Amino acid sequence: MEYTNIFYVLASVLFILGIKKLSHPKTARHGNFLAFIGMLIAIAVTLLSYGELDFKIIAIGMIIGAMIGATFAIKVEMTQMPQMVAIFNGFGGGASALVAAAEFLKGGEITSFTLGTIVLSIFVGTLTFSGSFIAFGKLQGFISGQPIVFPGQKILNALMAISLIFIGMKVVQFPTEMNFFYAVIAISAIIGITLTIPIGGADMPVVISLLNSYSGVAAAATGFVLMNNGLIIAGALVGASGLILTNIMCKGMNRSLTNVIFGAVGLEQESSGDGEAKQISVKSYSTEEAAMIFDAADKVIVVPGYGLAVAQAQHAVREVAELLESKGKKVLYAIHPVAGRMPGHMNVLLAEANIPYEQLKDLDEINPEFEDCDVALVLGANDVVNPAARHDTSSPIYGMPILDVDKSRTVIINKRTMNTGFAGIQNELFGFDNSIMVFGDAKDMLQQLLKDLKEL
Amino acid sequence: MDINILTVFILAIFVGIEIISKVPPTLHTPLMSGSNAISGIAVVGAIIATKVGGQTGTWLGLIAVIFATVNVVGGFMVTDRMLKMFKRK
Repeated sequence: MEYTNIFYVLASVLFILGIKKLSHPKTARHGNFLAFIGMLIAIAVTLLSYGELDFKIIAIGMIIGAMIGATFAIKVEMTQMPQMVAIFNGFGGGASALVAAAEFLKGGEITSFTLGTIVLSIFVGTLTFSGSFIAFGKLQGFISGQPIVFPGQKILNALMAISLIFIGMKVVQFPTEMNFFYAVIAISAIIGITLTIPIGGADMPVVISLLNSYSGVAAAATGFVLMNNGLIIAGALVGASGLILTNIMCKGMNRSLTNVIFGAVGLEQESSGDGEAKQISVKSYSTEEAAMIFDAADKVIVVPGYGLAVAQAQHAVREVAELLESKGKKVLYAIHPVAGRMPGHMNVLLAEANIPYEQLKDLDEINPEFEDCDVALVLGANDVVNPAARHDTSSPIYGMPILDVDKSRTVIINKRTMNTGFAGIQNELFGFDNSIMVFGDAKDMLQQLLKDLKEL
Repeated sequence: MDINILTVFILAIFVGIEIISKVPPTLHTPLMSGSNAISGIAVVGAIIATKVGGQTGTWLGLIAVIFATVNVVGGFMVTDRMLKMFKRK
């Protein structure tokens, strides 16, 4: 058995090196390959070192799983990546819970410590499984993106958590009493659902990151059940990764994790009356007039929001950017941490449209650049450019880090209508003296702009 | 309880935090799909589970093998597909 552990260590080293190489787009692909080799080593050594395995069952499972996984990987649209990651989180959690359950059902002498880790693994794994499918449903539109809340929800969650701890201890005490075991599974599944349904569509990036972390924790817990270093190390890496991303997403929205999970933000709030009374008068320009402003500019910063991806306008924006660059102008992209539906989502959507990654700048890098920027082009972004976040203490987005587009000489904002963003608030930016609105679908607008720019 | 295994777990968390903090926001989506793939390490447990539990355990193990393999294959493939798209000028 000793030599198997050496191979698990090797696999873990490859996972770590793989993630390390993700620190730069140049080396990232190689890193992913290293992690893949690590996984092959871990699987191979497991198959070879444990006797009496049912190779037929394993082969069937792997072939089915590989076919499903490959189909997902090939077919998925980049806009659907959050859904795919949500499902995969669920599968990861589910697999860990099933392994722990199998170990429990094996019966025989199981130490109290192992029983405890089995309960933990089943709890986290099942919660991840059910929660991920709710998250998937919300992202895919099967379930309303609105927070679903009912009276006594928090009390119910608290009661379930307490009873879970109690019943979990019973499982450790009386491992032959199957009803306690089933109760743990059922309550864990329900907690996964009741924790996810009150979270609004806009907060999904946080939820996916959190479930990502849970899937790692579940794997690590299963590692403790089986006393397997490979699972423990890989699970710890994934758990840490999800937690860091959760933290980044929360900071991007200036929300605490507790507030995201229990705040039910996005519910139709009673209007304060204040916001509605303030009518904003805006200047609306045609694309032809906008083209003239671009022509006079030296430095342009594009601010893409999710509206851009919905309109499938990534390629159109690249064409406009390339034309501007051919005229000797500098073009950069400002990516807010919560611009997409999951961490880093907008970057992938732009990379897919062949926009070079050097031009994609994150919040801290880009904000000083707005000072000497001639035109900021805001495409389908709203809350992330709302200056109210800086000064209006009564605003729901107060304190959220924003892109300082208003510091540019001119801000050109493309929107379909004057509708409000996710937070449901009017954006004072649209009424600023240096703001110009160009209404219309992002793709149509950009294509028209491209034509007008060429005709200048 | 084996204290070594807890040591491994805690050290792995620190290593994880250290290396993942260095991943730039541009690559956060591939990081997530890549970590999906890595959490497919549960496949190792699933393989072992097909042996341990008699009939029920074998079936649970089979489902676990399917779930985890979806993660491994799908996760690495989609991550590669995304990373291929990141190009320089």
